[in-house]
Amino acid sequence: MPQMLRFLFSRLTKAIVVLGVVVVLNFTLIHAAPGDPATVMAGEAGAADQMFVDQLRKQFGLDQPLYVQLGTYVGHILQGDLGYSVRQQRPVVDLLLDRLPATVALTMSAFVLALAGGIAMGLLAAVNVGKWSDSVITVLALLSYATPIYWVGLMLVLVFSVNLGWLPAFGYESIGAGKAGLERFADILEHMALPVVTLGLFYMAVYTRLTRASALEVSSMDFVKTARAKGQSEWKIVTRHVLRNAILPVLTVAGVQAGQLVGGSILVETVFAWPGLGRLTFDAVLQRDYQVLLGVFFVTSVLVIVFNIITDLLYVLIDPRVEIA
Amino acid sequence: MREPVRFLRRVAVAAAIACTAPILAAPLPAFAAETPVKGGTLTAIIQPEPPLLVMGLNQQAPTQTVAGKIYESLLTYNFDLSPRPSLAKAWDISADGLTYTFHLQTGVTWHDGQPFSAEDVLFSFKTFLPETHPRARALFGRAESIEAPDANTVVIKLKEPFPAFLQAFEVSTTPIMPKHIYEGTDFRANPKNATPIGTGPFMFDTWEKGSFIHLVANPHYWQAGKPYLKDIYFKIIPDAASRALALENGDVMQSQYNDIEPFDVARLAKLPNLTMTKKGYEFVAPVSWLELNTRVAPLDDKRFRQAMMYALDRKFVRDKIWFGLGRIATGPINSVTKYYDGDVKTYDYDPKKAIQLLDEMGLKPGADGVRATVKFMPLPYGETWQRLGEYVKQAMGKVGVKVELESTDAAGWGKREGNWDFDITSNFLYQYADPSIGVSRTYISSNIRKGVMFSNTMGYSNPEVDKLFEAAAKENDPKLRQEDYSKLQKLIVEDVPVAWLLEMEFPTLLNTRVHDAITTAIGVNETYADAWVSPK
Repeated sequence: MPQMLRFLFSRLTKAIVVLGVVVVLNFTLIHAAPGDPATVMAGEAGAADQMFVDQLRKQFGLDQPLYVQLGTYVGHILQGDLGYSVRQQRPVVDLLLDRLPATVALTMSAFVLALAGGIAMGLLAAVNVGKWSDSVITVLALLSYATPIYWVGLMLVLVFSVNLGWLPAFGYESIGAGKAGLERFADILEHMALPVVTLGLFYMAVYTRLTRASALEVSSMDFVKTARAKGQSEWKIVTRHVLRNAILPVLTVAGVQAGQLVGGSILVETVFAWPGLGRLTFDAVLQRDYQVLLGVFFVTSVLVIVFNIITDLLYVLIDPRVEIA
Repeated sequence: MREPVRFLRRVAVAAAIACTAPILAAPLPAFAAETPVKGGTLTAIIQPEPPLLVMGLNQQAPTQTVAGKIYESLLTYNFDLSPRPSLAKAWDISADGLTYTFHLQTGVTWHDGQPFSAEDVLFSFKTFLPETHPRARALFGRAESIEAPDANTVVIKLKEPFPAFLQAFEVSTTPIMPKHIYEGTDFRANPKNATPIGTGPFMFDTWEKGSFIHLVANPHYWQAGKPYLKDIYFKIIPDAASRALALENGDVMQSQYNDIEPFDVARLAKLPNLTMTKKGYEFVAPVSWLELNTRVAPLDDKRFRQAMMYALDRKFVRDKIWFGLGRIATGPINSVTKYYDGDVKTYDYDPKKAIQLLDEMGLKPGADGVRATVKFMPLPYGETWQRLGEYVKQAMGKVGVKVELESTDAAGWGKREGNWDFDITSNFLYQYADPSIGVSRTYISSNIRKGVMFSNTMGYSNPEVDKLFEAAAKENDPKLRQEDYSKLQKLIVEDVPVAWLLEMEFPTLLNTRVHDAITTAIGVNETYADAWVSPK
């Protein structure tokens, strides 16, 4: 266990350094983009004079030199304060927390669906390699991987909401229906169906192909032949010997992806009018809402680091040969 | 062979007329339903999501649509831009055009129950708006004094005549803000900004960011018995294709401005559950144009700018890029804005004339056929403006002018437009009913101000035009005023400081269940006190 503690300690120290660099880098990059929130707001108002723009710049704190702004921002971050969006007149933490439930509901469900479905399909294809079920799965995976995600979303809406009328086309829940408790939960689930499938299909394709390739590689190895020779059942061979060895690369990719879950998905959220973080981020880019953007980047960076550590730990659990160092 | 067909058709038509005749003759029971029904819920698209709903602090288009139901001004305007009562029930203007007296409605309360009075109007006009609102600041800068002789009267004295002043009392220009909430506070940081309070027929209820805004009927509204609607939901739907679907399947009942892509408008307007109107944009009445930086060669030569007008097929632009939305502009003033005069030099599509002008300038084609190269930065407001950029590149290419497209986003565009950092860009500006409010700002030389968007960014300067704009703004006699404006329209059209494209039209798509929504020149920004929704 001291080895484990040492590992965690070294990773966390590195993480803090990485975070510091990320904050400064993001800050510089964002301010390098032309225009500022005052320009955007003046443009939206359709009229502006110098006083209007100056007032906004002062309110946004943009009248200060850049290094002072950076200093203020880093100071706030150190105190656990993500800043304040002057444009939206709310603390950044509130804005992020507002969008978090919808984001996590969408991305988590899609992630689980993709991972479970992808591994199952990939294995199935690998076991039946060369047969028709393998071909069907491979073709489907290729299609879902190659089709633009917003197009899939729009087609699903056309079929399931417009033509069949089974599922709501967009939104997070029925607005103004006054539903509560279980009824509301069911309503949200209904609204989730299409966006989750749209987002999930893409990643499912990735995992399917990854699992299939990896499982095929493993199943020709000597220890699989040995297992078969000693008369172990095919089911056990696949689950205990093949899958356990084939899953490592899948896990690596999943670990990276899990870190980005909170970032949301701009395309799916836009098509389905889903009130998630992806859209908040996208709007913040266009509006040059610096504080919100930095907040999103910060939170995402933290999560990527956390999930990387978790992935490393999972390797050890699944494959005892891997050691942490 | 054709005869039998024609005969059959005639029979069919006759039969159809015979069938409909009795129905037409009978009294129409459908008209009985035209009396407003109380208690309906309106759902409308709102896009993009407004940053905040306090009209005095933000006048973005979506803010106006939502906050126009919460706040009111002294007046509103008919389709022909003549004023009609809102918070002021009557008004008079002195013969010298210097004194404006407004008589306010009585029995008006704010949404929190506090009484409304002339004090609120004074606070808004003298303190709040001059501090926060660039357009209002310019207007009230013309006032010598603003006073309230009693609780229901407001008297504004101007420094010099400014007949356009009567067009200034529309809700986005001069929203009346509550004194009891804002006096003595930092207006922009007031915590009450999250829950706006006005005098309008609808009160703020909830705002789920990224999802919807909910307004509910004001039970103490000063027009007894109104509003008819129980509540309004504004739904935020960021994707244009999804917005079209939402209208189609009845999820929302209203779209406005650019919510629906031009190519989708004709299809949706034909659906049985939707109607389309282009009315309700007379007050803003934008004209779109190519902004030409007259500091940059060859755009500094009038002949080059005129050549551009001849080289662009604006009918094509209207029909193929805006899918028929808009009228071809004749000059700086929109034909629905006051003092328009169409008797000006015309620039019909004529590439030969364009080439002739370019030849005259000495711009001969080089070995590659290129006479000159200019850069074009399209307005980053979506696909349609991008298409326009591509068309301009193609059309100018035909007369030997190479156009290089530059891409930006809204923030970058604003910075470059304001700082004159462009050759050509596309733009459109609202005219706000009167040329001295919304038109002169683009062409007068005193408004050449670096760093300020929507000013005279072309650097256009014609002393005669300046003089005429100044004289017209002060002229009380409408006839003399028209003379000035007619003269200056001729001058500007000859100079081509911008290449006018279209008098823009916007479609408002409404579900057939929605009635009496678009009743004034401010269209969807109206209070909707009269709007109602018939039951399913």
